[in-house]
Amino acid sequence: MKDDITREDRVDALGGMGCKRKRVEDARFTQGKGNYVDDIKLPGMLFGDFVRSPYAHARITSINKEAALAIDGVVAVLTAEDLAPLGLHWMPTLAGDKQMVLADGKVLFQGQEVAFIVAKDRYVAADAVEMLDVQYEELPVITDPYEALQSDVVLREDLDTNVPGAHGPRKHHNHIFTWEVGDEPATNQVMDDAEVVAEESMYYHRTHPCPLETCGSVASMDKINGKLTLWGTFQAPHVVRTVASMLSGIEEHNIRVVSPDIGGGFGNKVGVYPGYICSIVASIVTGKPVKWVEDRMENLMSTAFARDYWMKGKISATKDGKITGLHCHVTADHGAFDACADPTKFPAGFMNICTGSYDIPVAYLGVDGVYTNKAPGGVSYRCSFRVTEAVYFIERMIEVLAIKLNMDSAELRRINFIRKDQFPYKAALGWEYDSGDYHTAWDKALKAVDYDGLRAEQAQRVEDFKAGKTRKLMGVGLSFFTEIVGAGPVKNCDILGMGMFDSCEIRIHPTGSAIARLGTISQGQGHATTFAQILATEIGLPADSITIEEGDTDTAPYGLGTYGSRSTPVAGAATALAGRKIRAKAQMIAAYLLEVHDSDVEFDVDRFTVKGAPEKFKTMKEIAYAAYNQAIPGLEPGLEAVSYYDPPNMTYPFGAYVCVMDVDVDTGVTDIRRFYALDDCGTRINPMIIDGQIHGGLTEALAVALGQEIAYDKQGNVKTGTLMDFFLPTAWEVPNYETDFTVTPSPHHPIGAKGVGESPHVGGVPCFSNAVNDAFRAFGLTHTNMPHDHWRIWKTANALGLHD
Amino acid sequence: MSNKMHIKLTVNGEAHEFLAEPRELLIHTLRERLDITGPHIGCETTHCGACTVTMNGKSVKSCTVFVAQANGADLTTIEGIGDPDNLHALQTSFKEHHGLQCGFCTPGMITRAAKFLEENPNPTEEDVRFGMAGNLCRCTGYQNIVKAILATADELNAAKEAAE
Amino acid sequence: MIPAAFEYYRPTDMDGVLAILAEHGDDARVLAGGHSLIPMMKLRMAEVPHLIDLQDVGGLKGITVEGGTIRLGAMTTQTEIIGSDTLTAAAPILREASLQIADPQVRYMGTIGGNVANGDPGNDMPGLMQCLDATFHLIGPDGTRYVAARDFYEAAYMTDREDDEVLTAVSFDQPVGGYAYEKQKRKIGDYATAAAAVQIVKEGGKCTSASIAMTNLSDTPIYSQEAGAALVGTVVDDAAMDAAVAAMLGDIDPTEDNRGPIEFKRHVASLILRRAIARAWSRA
Repeated sequence: MKDDITREDRVDALGGMGCKRKRVEDARFTQGKGNYVDDIKLPGMLFGDFVRSPYAHARITSINKEAALAIDGVVAVLTAEDLAPLGLHWMPTLAGDKQMVLADGKVLFQGQEVAFIVAKDRYVAADAVEMLDVQYEELPVITDPYEALQSDVVLREDLDTNVPGAHGPRKHHNHIFTWEVGDEPATNQVMDDAEVVAEESMYYHRTHPCPLETCGSVASMDKINGKLTLWGTFQAPHVVRTVASMLSGIEEHNIRVVSPDIGGGFGNKVGVYPGYICSIVASIVTGKPVKWVEDRMENLMSTAFARDYWMKGKISATKDGKITGLHCHVTADHGAFDACADPTKFPAGFMNICTGSYDIPVAYLGVDGVYTNKAPGGVSYRCSFRVTEAVYFIERMIEVLAIKLNMDSAELRRINFIRKDQFPYKAALGWEYDSGDYHTAWDKALKAVDYDGLRAEQAQRVEDFKAGKTRKLMGVGLSFFTEIVGAGPVKNCDILGMGMFDSCEIRIHPTGSAIARLGTISQGQGHATTFAQILATEIGLPADSITIEEGDTDTAPYGLGTYGSRSTPVAGAATALAGRKIRAKAQMIAAYLLEVHDSDVEFDVDRFTVKGAPEKFKTMKEIAYAAYNQAIPGLEPGLEAVSYYDPPNMTYPFGAYVCVMDVDVDTGVTDIRRFYALDDCGTRINPMIIDGQIHGGLTEALAVALGQEIAYDKQGNVKTGTLMDFFLPTAWEVPNYETDFTVTPSPHHPIGAKGVGESPHVGGVPCFSNAVNDAFRAFGLTHTNMPHDHWRIWKTANALGLHD
Repeated sequence: MSNKMHIKLTVNGEAHEFLAEPRELLIHTLRERLDITGPHIGCETTHCGACTVTMNGKSVKSCTVFVAQANGADLTTIEGIGDPDNLHALQTSFKEHHGLQCGFCTPGMITRAAKFLEENPNPTEEDVRFGMAGNLCRCTGYQNIVKAILATADELNAAKEAAE
Repeated sequence: MIPAAFEYYRPTDMDGVLAILAEHGDDARVLAGGHSLIPMMKLRMAEVPHLIDLQDVGGLKGITVEGGTIRLGAMTTQTEIIGSDTLTAAAPILREASLQIADPQVRYMGTIGGNVANGDPGNDMPGLMQCLDATFHLIGPDGTRYVAARDFYEAAYMTDREDDEVLTAVSFDQPVGGYAYEKQKRKIGDYATAAAAVQIVKEGGKCTSASIAMTNLSDTPIYSQEAGAALVGTVVDDAAMDAAVAAMLGDIDPTEDNRGPIEFKRHVASLILRRAIARAWSRA
């Protein structure tokens, strides 16, 4: 019967790389049987809740616990004073700064954690939160980073300005670091000599990843066995274990960290939050499991925000449009503590990818980090390392330059793209791009949308508008992005000293099924589906016979987690390489079983065959069984492998996006008529999942570009603390997207895959923003800042005289 | 604190009786008291719909219903929509069309979609987008959710036709 | 977001409701669908020691159209309004407006009574009721009294309703002519940046009466009598439209919030009103 099966059938039966495998995760999620942190219920579990600061900057003059403790069911009220003897009232941040776990003498942002109430349930805890008497003395509030650098008001009294910070000298008491890349004198010289220089200042506003599930943890200290178990919304569970051990003094083998199902992360769940620490301390203090789950307002007000970059750019070119240089300076608002989750050596993440997809010979980037009275965090949101800011910056600068040159911006891009034959390409700001074919992608995209036709239609619309026939303008938004993901090479990428490798450990069971464990953790990306596909292709067992497990530090190999589109580039590579180790041993077993020399058998889909005699073979299933039931000379029993993968380079996915938008100049309402997204993420593991990632990332990008922000008033109050005001689009506000692709594999990745999760956000934001800006180009607009919500668009139109 | 009330609920066909504070939110009753953890808590201000259940034939956001109000009610949650041996067509369709990613919105989304299709068995895409606008998803961009619901409508209609 | 504890009551008749209100005064509040009140209680912005659930009180539901008068029981939900063919035939503006309120789940629970009685300037029904010149039925210890919607609202969350009264119904004359409810919002689930309710009667090519009310542009809904008057006797041409808009702008007093600055809101209010008038006129 086996003989009837073609090779193609055997490939199909594996469900390996390239197929649209349905997700194995979905059965539990569609039936309400996911297991998220708030679903965990342990006997005797207590509930923790924070008292938070109503002020953005204030000294705490007193905390009186009496009334709160008097409430029946309140077990403990923890303040900084209680944590100080344990050394846990402050904690290190991932960016080399430190952060208060509970307010130590003063508060520095609205919503800051002041006290942790532990009670028998969340109702009692909430009542006690109301009853805790905290007295404050208000201090002057600074929410503007430029003002912060001029102000006499000292935000961080715990720091000595004369002592260098983690990233070098500090210029002012509210200054955190200066980070410089590239050659500034040479860049300035090019600007001075240039035929054309375009300049623009732009603000990439503060926003928030806002996953649908908020952050939370359950800590359970087993005092008898000395073992701490911590469940939580962790995108990097292994790092959390290491940090928890360093902070608590509990040896690392006595800490088990578990990331259960995670209801979306988008970077929000990379950092370590006071709630995690307080739940641990509370469990140690009370001897009972303690759950902490924040509400939506707390999530938006206090956990990792994104962006908040004030960028000043200069771009120079010849008069026919060849770019000669780029200068960028950023004033980065980091809030009250520098809690960016960047690799240690990159205080502004990979902002130095800001030369984009273009062959720019000389460039300079300078970033100044600044403290303000806003929440800490800073790099998250479907782009862990400032790539979104970088791509937004360059894609806006290209448009600004095109206006200055009076050129079509699609053409301007085309003549400046890094050519295919230039890869691997060493960029002026240091990165070595692995592979790309930008011209092919761009041509495909422009053809797909009939770019010339769109421009003709737009020109007609401008005429109609001027003739009073319509009040709607048409914008054609373009963006071409180059991503940098897959952090990263241990030689220059670490988080808290941990090299940013990742890992996979595989055990093949005797009957030919397998379990593989990884150092990453899915938050919706579908790892259990796609990593099994990689393995299926690599080891020739069906994906359906392979369990993927992540997120339990007691069982999974150490890894740095899932963010920054690093899972496929790093853990995916580890998976492939571990699979190849399995295959290498399988080859020896097969040769033994087939009674030939090791080099006389070759791997073919799901089996090893004797070279030249494909009818003589042993399937991987047979080989797996043999590994456990035969004494093979020279070989240990069993079939297992582990791989820790240190990537030689980042990967550089890219893509070409086009957005067609109508803009009502009177109401400010935008209507996305069409969105075309071409992505090149190298080898495609599961096209269905790739498309899903792109739909989601584009929708998040749409939200950011068109309205989503964390806004503060002058007193430092968060104005957008609930989903009434913090814009998350519904199905009604979101268009259908057209997806497309090219495939340019990564030359250094074992399977050529590059990662895709962040791409649509990174490329999408400038595309939507460019569409809005482009709609007004014919009326003299060079640049207007996001978010492009109704009133800001109206204001732009108004300033251009379109309401006269 | 206030007196506890005697509450009776029917959830997914099963009767429950217990004492609870009237202020207890229905979502907490389901999740913490009855261990029905399919419905989730997302926003707590009636915007996200992750807590959607069917109460007396209506889709409601259970984060904004006191258990006291629900006293005597008949509730259906995702756990009552289908079971492993007898999945609802939506449960199959969401998987088939990749209508979910992190899964957090999915129980509320499917529970709402089931009610929506009951009320509008022949929806247009616009109908689906409008009828599902009380449920937020952060992962999918809705495109595949809409596709899954439209496909389910076709499937259910075809099955109905075949039966007739 | 957990509300403070409260005593819960579910009386089965209005006497029961009134007795509790009499006993506890402003410490007691009635609960209809709860979708305005419960979020406020969860945010601990509303303290309600005694909560009276109206769901079992008879006679508070239902839509009747009789003798040219339309009556909606206070506990009638938005979904019921949308689904009522009788009502849509008699006063289609109610369906048009209701579809623009919140989202499906909220509309199942949200009631006309809660929407109008709460006094939230963001709610849509108060403005619509003013446009329709509706009457609110308030029952109290001294029996029922009737208050015109146009006289009911005093300030944000402040109305003519006494603490010991319950709004039991709204009623209004069956509207004639063209109608439109126009609303601009940022997304589904948002309050209006600006909304306009318009009813216009057209006879012999001219406007013979017009009623205009605006939502979320002051701390109360705004019935702009002069805006309506500006249309009467005209063919609703540009000049009449300009006059109506100018009159409306004289009546509203928006404040800045995340939906935009004052000048933007005034601009959108003008636009929304123009669109509403145009649509209503085209239907008249």
